[in-house]
Amino acid sequence: MGISNLIFALCLILAIFFFRRNVLKIKRNVFLGRDVNRSDQPSVRWKTMIRVALGQSKMMVKPIAGFLHLIVYVGFVIINIEVLEIIIDGIFGTHRIFSFMGGFYDFLIASFEILALLVLLACLLFFIRRNGIQLKRFVMKEVAGWPKTDANLILIFEVLLMGAFLMMQSADLTLQKLGAAHYTEAGSFPVSSSLLFVFEGMSETTVYAYERFFWWFHILGILAFLNYLPYSKHLHIVLAFPNTYHSNLKPKGAFTNMESVTQEVKLMMDPEADPYAVSDTDVADEMQRFGAKDVTDLSWVQLMNAYSCTECGRCTSECPAHQTGKILSPRKIMMDTRDRLEAYGDRLDGIKTEVDDQTLLDGYITREELWACTTCNACTDACPINIDPLSIILDMRRYMVMEESAAPNELNMMFTNVENNGAPWQFPAADRLKWRDEF
Amino acid sequence: MNSDMEETKKIQVPTMAEMMAKGEQPDVLFWVGCAGSFDDRAKRITKAFVKILNQINYKFAVLGAEESCSGDPAKRAGNEFLFQMQAMANIEVLNAYEVKKIVTACPHCFNTLKNEYPELGGHYEVVHHTQLLQSLIDEGRLKVEGGAYKGKKITFHDPCYLGRANEVYEAPRKLIQNLDAELVEMKRCKSKGLCCGAGGAQMFKEPEKGDKDVNIERTEEAIETRADIIATGCPFCNTMMTDGVKNKEKEEQVKVLDLAEMIAQANDL
Repeated sequence: MGISNLIFALCLILAIFFFRRNVLKIKRNVFLGRDVNRSDQPSVRWKTMIRVALGQSKMMVKPIAGFLHLIVYVGFVIINIEVLEIIIDGIFGTHRIFSFMGGFYDFLIASFEILALLVLLACLLFFIRRNGIQLKRFVMKEVAGWPKTDANLILIFEVLLMGAFLMMQSADLTLQKLGAAHYTEAGSFPVSSSLLFVFEGMSETTVYAYERFFWWFHILGILAFLNYLPYSKHLHIVLAFPNTYHSNLKPKGAFTNMESVTQEVKLMMDPEADPYAVSDTDVADEMQRFGAKDVTDLSWVQLMNAYSCTECGRCTSECPAHQTGKILSPRKIMMDTRDRLEAYGDRLDGIKTEVDDQTLLDGYITREELWACTTCNACTDACPINIDPLSIILDMRRYMVMEESAAPNELNMMFTNVENNGAPWQFPAADRLKWRDEF
Repeated sequence: MNSDMEETKKIQVPTMAEMMAKGEQPDVLFWVGCAGSFDDRAKRITKAFVKILNQINYKFAVLGAEESCSGDPAKRAGNEFLFQMQAMANIEVLNAYEVKKIVTACPHCFNTLKNEYPELGGHYEVVHHTQLLQSLIDEGRLKVEGGAYKGKKITFHDPCYLGRANEVYEAPRKLIQNLDAELVEMKRCKSKGLCCGAGGAQMFKEPEKGDKDVNIERTEEAIETRADIIATGCPFCNTMMTDGVKNKEKEEQVKVLDLAEMIAQANDL
């Protein structure tokens, strides 16, 4: 083991250490949310995860983007097998430790190369699509600035990583051909063999320097990318799995019945109930407000949804309110929830210390957005990883109505009518069967 | 006139209370809903559906004045208290009559009764009227001739709370085919169907500022299919699409009709 192995081991440890720290922070933030039981029907949940996250069933609704995404995804997952070899080589100073597998190794290396090329091309196409054509969901106000930079950084990262991998392979092959010590012949190089011209006529030392450069660039790039995930929308590559596992399995139209309300309504309707009796659960409930004003009023699944969102905007482009020019965008609801949760977490960690007078409602999401929703479920249907922006909108409406009595006036009139006449309009309840006399 | 009078006299709409007094139990409770009870346009759907049930002597009953809002608009607007008050009061009535099966022509009531009442103690088999009508045709109890609708181009607007919310897409489409009509789909249909703009309690308020109303967007899409009729299965969608057609001044070319109305008319009811 030389000094470079030690440096590598140190980089690896640091990368894992920082990644773990950020993951734990995200986990802590997510569990600031209220409890919700999403562990029933495990077999259905596994199937949903396999179909939607692993199988990407909902991505294929848009076939071109879906196909390109599949390439990047499959490529990414499979090429990471190679990273295992690189890490072992890096720590122990070995060269292609898995090459003892012989023909199968050649097959693996060849497929990594082909996939790397495909991923590289797909990312270039994605980059052109994102920046060249003016696709509405990629140029909206809410993705201006950091979200757009984030999206492009991810693509650039992947192009560079794949490029470095192929260049490393090509330099390695050159060294193998030159018969350099340590570089025993192993692997099959369908793509990088066409890059050999780059190193033609170079001395062994120069090629070696290039090989080392690309090797380090590639592996340090991967470790850096790993640590970039927690700050990026790219976190979806991890969270898509738990997110789909914890999907809502009920029909989309079934909205949750608030248990805290059920208890109160039962008390109100039960003539024998003792209004002064206080049970333990009542005390716990008293702490909770009805509905959501801030991120801590949401459930941990809703908060995980926010961290899982990759800001593709399919929800928003399907939203009828958005399509007709209202300011509601389900994607923005998710982005706002994540931003607010991050800010909330930073305060807990003492990173931000100024007085926190903001909440998710009003500070991030306006009331106009919330009241524009038709609860049509187009957004939840469109989301490739079963994120549910509608449930957040509903919980925030619940807060406005039940804690603040701050519904739009027409809705307050509707409520009054339902209370008094049992209908949303001002008709006497006794006239409900009048139509029977109108045949 | 006289024969008409005799005809109409035959329409029976018993209430649960009346049935109970006779010691009878209906095969299905027809949950009329607020729109179906009070809104003039939606009442025509209610009456058409009742005529069909009468034609085949289907044993049904309504709650009449004992029915109250399902609570759907209150719940979607965020008033969970009001929703649960309504739900529990309704459940008390329904359970007292030992109701087993409910049919309704309103997808909002359908969704709420089917999905949100069970947790609160109301367990019923709930079907949408298009599902009941289709199953009656399948069983051979209801015969439908195409009549005036034969060969007509009909497009179906999927109500969100029937389609995406509960994945009922086929029953209404089969009914259109039973009318010997040509079903033409809009660009966005079934799980991708565009909302009419009325859901989530929007029916009862002005829309937020934007550059278009949702119902206009949807109506334009429906008109694009060059259909003679926009078929609906929801009283609110019906209102929204009717308003949209009026706005586009296309009343002469396109009619907005509920599937129950078409079947009743096809059968000369």
